[in-house]
Amino acid sequence: MTFNFLMQNFINALQWGSFYALIALGYSMVYSILMLFNFAHGDIFMVGAYIGLGVATALLALVGTSGAALLPGWLILVLTILISMFLTAFVGIIVERVAYRPLRDAPRASAAITGLMIGIILETSNILFLGGSRLKFPQLIESVTYNIGGVYVTNKKIMIVLVSLGLMLALHQFVRRTKYGMAMRAMAYDYLVIPLMGVSMNRIAAMTFAIGSALAAAAGILFGLAYPVLDPYMGVSFGWKAFVAAILGGRGSIMGACIAGFMLGFIEIMTVPAIQILNRLFALNIGSNLRDLIAYSIVLLILIFRPHGLFGEAYSAKLRL
Amino acid sequence: MAETTELQQPKGVRGLIHRFYGGAPLLGILLGFLACTFWENIIGEALASVLLLPKMPILFGLVTMSKVFAGLFNLAIKGSPFELFTLIHVPMALIYFGVVYAVPLAIVVRLTVRPANAVARSLQQLPLIVTALVHLGFLYAIFHVWVELSDYRLITLKLTLIAVLLTLSLNIINGYMGEFSCSHPGFMAVGAYMSSFFTVGLFVNDKVLGEALLGIPLAFLSFPLALIFGGLCASLSALIVAIPSFRTRGDYLAIISLAFLFIVKSFFENMQSLGGARGIMGQPDWASLPVIFIVVVIGVWAINNFVNSTLGKALNAVRDDEMAADAMTVDTRKTKMVAFLFGAFWAGMAGGLLAHVLRFINPAMFGIQKLAEVLAMVYFGGLNSVYGSIVGAVSISLLGEVLRPLEILKWIFIPLLLILVMIYRPTGLVAFKEFNVRKSFGPKEVD
Repeated sequence: MTFNFLMQNFINALQWGSFYALIALGYSMVYSILMLFNFAHGDIFMVGAYIGLGVATALLALVGTSGAALLPGWLILVLTILISMFLTAFVGIIVERVAYRPLRDAPRASAAITGLMIGIILETSNILFLGGSRLKFPQLIESVTYNIGGVYVTNKKIMIVLVSLGLMLALHQFVRRTKYGMAMRAMAYDYLVIPLMGVSMNRIAAMTFAIGSALAAAAGILFGLAYPVLDPYMGVSFGWKAFVAAILGGRGSIMGACIAGFMLGFIEIMTVPAIQILNRLFALNIGSNLRDLIAYSIVLLILIFRPHGLFGEAYSAKLRL
Repeated sequence: MAETTELQQPKGVRGLIHRFYGGAPLLGILLGFLACTFWENIIGEALASVLLLPKMPILFGLVTMSKVFAGLFNLAIKGSPFELFTLIHVPMALIYFGVVYAVPLAIVVRLTVRPANAVARSLQQLPLIVTALVHLGFLYAIFHVWVELSDYRLITLKLTLIAVLLTLSLNIINGYMGEFSCSHPGFMAVGAYMSSFFTVGLFVNDKVLGEALLGIPLAFLSFPLALIFGGLCASLSALIVAIPSFRTRGDYLAIISLAFLFIVKSFFENMQSLGGARGIMGQPDWASLPVIFIVVVIGVWAINNFVNSTLGKALNAVRDDEMAADAMTVDTRKTKMVAFLFGAFWAGMAGGLLAHVLRFINPAMFGIQKLAEVLAMVYFGGLNSVYGSIVGAVSISLLGEVLRPLEILKWIFIPLLLILVMIYRPTGLVAFKEFNVRKSFGPKEVD
């Protein structure tokens, strides 16, 4: 029973962690390139989810009116993810252009403030245009539950984990194998030399924001599938926690951000069963709503003993990406 | 002497203002404001009705004007009905401002240039503390008379003063020490909860914290103790951030402080004995304007002295180059520790005051939203400057109140303004400016 219970939580944690990991990637990439945090990133995740909602609704309406059953649910989902990733990338580019490019030479804290403010503007405009009420994300695919030896797994959970892993792998290949990826790595290595090599810093920065935002949009849609209620402030707490994951992973390390994202998901989800088991074993009475307290105490301890993050030192010297 | 000042004077509107007020010492300007507030108490109501304003303008007529703009915006966006007649409120509010504030201020300041300078000169002979007390007395008198007309002014002024203290205490860490600390709402929460625990637990019959343990009639005299208790608890909690700061700086410290904020919030949400997520309410109404004024003045004085002391300069050295500072015999650990504990102490005091002004606290008040607000005040006003923090706190608080009629649009305008400030003045409006007390109290050299 205990094993099944743990496995169940393990799968939930995997799903929860993949959201964190996808968002943390955006923070981490921007950080490695520009050495600053894109504090608007959590809100870009929110914008991505809403754009996904819009695209999905539009596609469903299109299919409905033409009466064609040509597009099955999963195809609509794939299209939604691709189109929203594309559109949200532009949001990221605009944010970079407005909030970060003018502050390239300013103190880093100033850029952090503009990022925070852009985040507030995104939330407010959402409330302004959509009225602030919670919206329901359309269920594009039917939920099927598999029972594997007493552990219940839905097809959505499997899909979410697989899609996020696929995106991470794709990003890894992009950074490793393509010319643009090479430019990004070079910029992360030494951004002062990059212009001398004929690489446009601004273009690479914009591209990084675009990729990060696209990943955040994918996370937003996957989140909408799993928890189909969207509200304008969904990006705030989620974004800040992903930010913690990005730092936990180490200075701008893609691998680190992914692993730390999953780890934060595990810490957050697994504290509840851990508390329950402890309570049962030692007849204690710890409230399971202490989740955040315990999760962030663990983060704090990790950072006290490894002040440069989990993978910071290994990657910081040469290859941060 | 007169000729050289003539040559240096700027042209245009600024020159006009300079020629008018340039010779007046701070004392004269304070006197002018005092006269304005008395003048408003006498004619405010009558003038407002003569000028066809619905009620007396509260914040210098700015709210009245922003209400009109809010109406126009609503017309443009939602198409809600807009009475054309209300457009008249804009010039009328301007006239009100002119008649009540600008003109009397100008007249009084102009007329009292000579006597005020003479008084300022003789005050300069006295010890600084006496001079400062005289000026502060005037300032308090202005506040006292100004808030008499409405309770809204009172609460706005109280919150603004608390914001000044809070901003200054964050500026110690983020400005003078150059870290990016996100833990300030956490320190505030600790201060607010602990001082409420002290006052509510001891002197109030409360559902959560039980019967009053003591019921002394002059209990409000213990309010400073409650505040200091809150501040000390906040400093104690700051150790969690201060000790890791020995080993790590910059981004990692930012995360540690952020984790601290989450931990504190979650801790208070789960402490059922402190009210849990519902919080504590029914704090005694002890945070009156004089109390807040005195605490904030002491806070500003202490922080100003701190940043100008050797330790404060060591703080700047640590910010600019920790290794070099270490080589120059600066005890970096002690410096960082003191800065964190000191900043947290005043943040805790501010939290305690806030709890007793609002007379209600819950953990949700001290979240990311509060963090964004305080950071905005610090970076808007200016880093590394006591003066800048005051400017930032006052202007963001006032702006928040003035733009209130715009409702949700307020949260587009204020961030936009901040982005513009960051783009054109990345370190804030008045960053890196010393706050020279003696000079600002002294007479202006005009004969």
